[in-house]
Amino acid sequence: MPKFLDPVAGFGVTFRNIFRKKVTEQYPEEPHPVAPRFHGRHQLNRHPDGLEKCIGCELCAWACPADAIYVEGASNSDDPDGGGRYSPGERYGRVYQINYLRCILCGLCIEACPTRALTMTNEYELADHTRESLIYEKKDLLAPLLPGMEEPPHPMRLGDDERDYYLGAGLGRGAGEEER
Amino acid sequence: MGFEDKLPSGVLLSTVEDLLGFMRKSSVWPATFGLACCAMEMMAFGGPRHDSSRFGMEVFRASPRQADLMIVAGRVSQKMAPVLRQIYDQMAGPKWVLSMGVCASTGGMFNNYAIVQGVDHVVPVDVYLPGCPPRPEMLMDAILKLHEQIQNEKLGPHRENAEAEAEQAALEAPATHEMKGLLR
Repeated sequence: MPKFLDPVAGFGVTFRNIFRKKVTEQYPEEPHPVAPRFHGRHQLNRHPDGLEKCIGCELCAWACPADAIYVEGASNSDDPDGGGRYSPGERYGRVYQINYLRCILCGLCIEACPTRALTMTNEYELADHTRESLIYEKKDLLAPLLPGMEEPPHPMRLGDDERDYYLGAGLGRGAGEEER
Repeated sequence: MGFEDKLPSGVLLSTVEDLLGFMRKSSVWPATFGLACCAMEMMAFGGPRHDSSRFGMEVFRASPRQADLMIVAGRVSQKMAPVLRQIYDQMAGPKWVLSMGVCASTGGMFNNYAIVQGVDHVVPVDVYLPGCPPRPEMLMDAILKLHEQIQNEKLGPHRENAEAEAEQAALEAPATHEMKGLLR
């Protein structure tokens, strides 16, 4: 090919690409689905009757490499004048905070969680205008109540003690699946 | 700034505000300020697949004088902080700062003496974007939130009122150490 035709050949590449399929994702209108196990925002799961799975053990906070998680546990109580029951067993997480401006979404907290209380969702649209609004409290992280669930505090509905919950004895009685 | 600040408060001013907001948000030119791994995602955001030119911001300006938005992408070391501030000062107003990734926002997992614990110690930040690194979609989401802010920005007397209100709200708000939530 003569040398003066080289620029024309260059335009040939451009021209050919006009007929190729576009790779551009139209994000806000048609978001591309993420991988099923994508590490997004956390979620605190519930048992099928609505009691929280979190037992306030702080293993997630200990596992966190960025010190993004703060947990404060408290004791459940079945007394009528006590604090109420939020989770089966002895303790529950009274305060649960994740600072999303520290969290690197690595998932070590998920691996550390002994009750599968903490999992990750596929939600990633987290940007905000202030630092304070990106510290997510327990009320922001708790999974929504599905049909058949009841807002804690309430007594254990699916068994006599926490073993029944962990062994899945009450699964037939409640409704709904706790994980996404 | 210009004639728009001298307009009287009313229909004319709010129309000019809307128009100016629309024009400003439709061509936010970012300055190249990639500091670490978040810059890779920022480049992906500029590439064909995520295509920042859909938002009128395909030109990453190498000169801060031509840029409106500084995307601080990556951890800011103590040594970089004065440089960052100088680049911010060199940008012509109106200007915005997007703190991309946890390291730029708070220092992230690098809680040590070498890293500035949040770029808002150095420059005023408009949008904080978590993620390590955030995917390009997250950056686009942050930019859309910034667009919303730019669209609603006020001018002239409206701006003065809004600033006075914001100051009053800030004075009345509880201090950060009092925002405890359920903490004892």
